[in-house]
Amino acid sequence: MSSHKHDENCRKMFAVLSEYLYLELSADACREMETHIGGCEPCAEFTQSLRKTVELCRAYQPQDMPGPIAMDARQQLIDAYQKMLAARRYRLP
Amino acid sequence: MARDLLDGKPEAFDRFVDHFSSKIFNYSRLMCGHREDAEEVAQETLLKVFESFDQLHDPENVRAWVFRIAKNACLMKRRKSTYAPDRELSLDEFLPAWSSEKDGLTKLEIADWSSLPEDQAIRSELRRVLDETIAELPAIYRTVLLLRDVEELSTEETAQVLDVNTDAVKTRLHRARLFARKKLDQYLREDGQALRKVSG
Repeated sequence: MSSHKHDENCRKMFAVLSEYLYLELSADACREMETHIGGCEPCAEFTQSLRKTVELCRAYQPQDMPGPIAMDARQQLIDAYQKMLAARRYRLP
Repeated sequence: MARDLLDGKPEAFDRFVDHFSSKIFNYSRLMCGHREDAEEVAQETLLKVFESFDQLHDPENVRAWVFRIAKNACLMKRRKSTYAPDRELSLDEFLPAWSSEKDGLTKLEIADWSSLPEDQAIRSELRRVLDETIAELPAIYRTVLLLRDVEELSTEETAQVLDVNTDAVKTRLHRARLFARKKLDQYLREDGQALRKVSG
């Protein structure tokens, strides 16, 4: 738990935090964010927690894996693929 | 991968099918909520991909193209969702709890994220929390979180998949992340503390 002077800048920062974290803000807006976060401990903590959330999402691997594709279904895919290749060869000079 | 497939290179078909069948399955299971539906969506998507490969104008764009087909197959498949109903998430509901004090300072209630454990058991606990969190996200936010943060498509690719503009992707992604952050924060403040003591 942290204390600080909460002002309108915190709210502004909150709205564009994802864009800041992943470098989608303009250079000016980015500098403004850095200045704010540098002087606002709770906003820095909040930013860190959002960054870690995204890291966890990126590392997320669902445990439920698909079963193997049935033989007839796989054959259907192979047939469609071969047909596509044949049509492509026919069109190519 | 798409270029190799178009060129008919040996192994390209198997690599493509193995790679995308699990990716489409995972996305569809989390969007449809049913394992059987997800397997069907994966199969239908791959078949449609091979049947309409000629419509892929830029092989570099294959991921967005495949996920767009999968998204449409999911929409056709979606029965009564076991997941959260659609609703708009407002930014205000994720503003951290600020409370004004007599000295003019404001307090922020937040878990200690700096010591997020590396322990495998706790990581798997966090994955369970994330499973529940993703399920609770309304579909329009869930799909953006899955495409951008789990599958790591770009903002532009995600916009193509979902047929929305990039600003909508950014807005939905930010709200989805804030939603996930809030759930994880709650977990770390409540159950996470107990878990750390047990494992530590």
